Amino acid sequence: MRREGLDLTKDFAPPVSHRRGFFLLQRLRYGKGYTQPNMKTTGANLLRILLERQGIRTLPGIPGGAILPFYDALHGSAIRHVLARHEQGAGFIAQGMARVTGRAAACLATSGPGATNLLTAIADARLDSVPLVAITGQVSQTLIGTDAFQEVDTYGLTLPITKHNFLVRSAAELLDIVPLAFQLAESGRPGPVAIDVPKDVQNASVEIDTLPEPGRRQPPSPCADEPIDALAHLLAQAQRPVLYLGGGVIASNATELARTLAHRACAPVVSTLMALGAVPPEDPLFMGMLGMHGTQGANFLLEEADLVLAIGARFDDRATGKVAEFCPRATIAHIDIDPAEIGKIKTAFLSLVGDAADILRRLLDRVPPQTRPTWLARATELRASYPLQHPPRNQDPLHPVNLCRFLGEQLPADAIITTDVGQHQMWVAQAYPFRQPRTLLTSGGLGTMGFGLPAAIGAALAAPDRRVACVTGDGSILMNIQELATLAEENLPVAVLIFNNTHLGLVRQQQELFYQQRYNASRFATSPDFAAIARGFGVRGIRIDPTTDPLAQLSHALAAEGPCVIDIPIQTTENVYPMVPPGAANRAMIIAQPEPTHA
Amino acid sequence: MPNQKTPQSTQPTCNVLRYKLGSAKPALLELIVRNHPGTMSHITGLFARRAFNLEAIVVVPLPGTETSRILLHLADEPKLEQVERQLAKLHDVLSVHHRNDLSPEIFNRMISQIPAAP
Repeated sequence: MRREGLDLTKDFAPPVSHRRGFFLLQRLRYGKGYTQPNMKTTGANLLRILLERQGIRTLPGIPGGAILPFYDALHGSAIRHVLARHEQGAGFIAQGMARVTGRAAACLATSGPGATNLLTAIADARLDSVPLVAITGQVSQTLIGTDAFQEVDTYGLTLPITKHNFLVRSAAELLDIVPLAFQLAESGRPGPVAIDVPKDVQNASVEIDTLPEPGRRQPPSPCADEPIDALAHLLAQAQRPVLYLGGGVIASNATELARTLAHRACAPVVSTLMALGAVPPEDPLFMGMLGMHGTQGANFLLEEADLVLAIGARFDDRATGKVAEFCPRATIAHIDIDPAEIGKIKTAFLSLVGDAADILRRLLDRVPPQTRPTWLARATELRASYPLQHPPRNQDPLHPVNLCRFLGEQLPADAIITTDVGQHQMWVAQAYPFRQPRTLLTSGGLGTMGFGLPAAIGAALAAPDRRVACVTGDGSILMNIQELATLAEENLPVAVLIFNNTHLGLVRQQQELFYQQRYNASRFATSPDFAAIARGFGVRGIRIDPTTDPLAQLSHALAAEGPCVIDIPIQTTENVYPMVPPGAANRAMIIAQPEPTHA
Repeated sequence: MPNQKTPQSTQPTCNVLRYKLGSAKPALLELIVRNHPGTMSHITGLFARRAFNLEAIVVVPLPGTETSRILLHLADEPKLEQVERQLAKLHDVLSVHHRNDLSPEIFNRMISQIPAAP
């Protein structure tokens, strides 16, 4: 706990008999947990103290009736409240902070619509295993069940989309619930936890003897030695091994270990969307992303592999394609911290449950350096044979692949890129050179349009010294565009780049490829002037003119200080390739514009 | 529905047990859970959310403790292992045990001892 976290004169109203000097002496004697005995405070104040002790310093949210006692307790606190303009924005700002730091972030909303607006951000955190503590106000307990104003069953609504959730029934319960919520959010496979706090609990007075220790990540029980020995044996026996890295590699800070293993075992690496940045694209063993919009090299290599070692990956359908035909020749070994992921989609020959970093560290002790020249030559050949298809930069500088590569050159290696969801997201995943973990923040599992801008704000709040860019589309940006107001207010160095094709591009693409070009509801008949909108919010707005050296304009726009929105017109009919048709095996990738099916 | 005594045949007819013999074998799981509000929602919600079928459920608090004992009757499908693992992940579930020594008949016996509402 930091000293500024506990303002004694404000937190408690001590009886006259307790002198501050005596308290500090006791505090020195008994440590941080010591508070003055039998101190009285309110539930709201206690919640604030507990959050401060968890290390929460930035708290995005929106106030409302049922959470006002807590907002009152925040007054003058060490916690800096960031006022979002929609609760979903607050949730994604917190997610941006959590995804960059790996530590649980909190967000705040009132009851009723405040809580329901948070749900998408909570569900998103669940599917991408992001540690998040969502705190909502609730109507007073006497009103619960009466259909009171702004009453909704937040507990019931958050139940299936959280790791765990709480409805606080007394102020004293906060002493257990708050540390436990943070512990659950960060331990094992991280995820969201919701705490619903009725207004009467916030107002209730509570006596405290000692404050609990802050909730911390609990180390998982270590994996036994036998499966690690067996895995080392499998690796030694294999002739064509591949490492299949998922987001868990980043969550467990195991990226360096995974890379070391790849080189020691001579195993090429494929990555899911969530693991991009774990291995830099320059690494000779890196085959790129697998799956629906992955590289052909990665997907073909998996067809030939005889051992696939999945590390912190969950065999998501976007990665595997038709599951029955995924890695048809391979023995599957699966490392995951979540026992329920083992065998959920694909039966693993060997499963190792535990922390990926711990398992890899112990595995490396057992894996001698190996050489597989034929297999490496095959991987190199596949990678060289199937590069991303795109026109050269001088011919089409605003082709999305060229744009992403150009951004990669303009931004430093530790720049944080957030995306929204759609074609631009896949182009970024395919072409932007992610060299460090936690530099790509993207909504992978839930696929939430509207994620990018608030997540970028959160990233910039959590990493104030780094460049942040949000790559978005003209469809996605409109889903949380109100957060431009938050961005302007916080004046954060976030560049919002809109790949503007005046379409819901990925929908248009699917209608073109799989619905015989029966386009429906995928084209925007009117397209707003995003630069003017940005200026309306007090943010620099630029529209790139495609006719006169657009990349120079882009470079110029990125060089200036402060937040900006850069509207970049791109081809409306550009598709993301390769693409595996939904439900097909990964080998069935489409790689070019097919012939029109009718005239 | 008439409250008939379950015939001692191989084919249970009681409305509690809807499974057909031969299609899926029954499986019984015993859970020890924290006894506080919301625990039942987490357990039954899990079955809805993951599209698992739950045939019968009995919950009784364990006297003198803050825990309850739950007996679940499920179909012994390939998903059963996944069901167990998802149950074990719930914070309020303290333990999950197979009770292959019990027969699903016990659910019938229990319900048949209770007179039906008039």
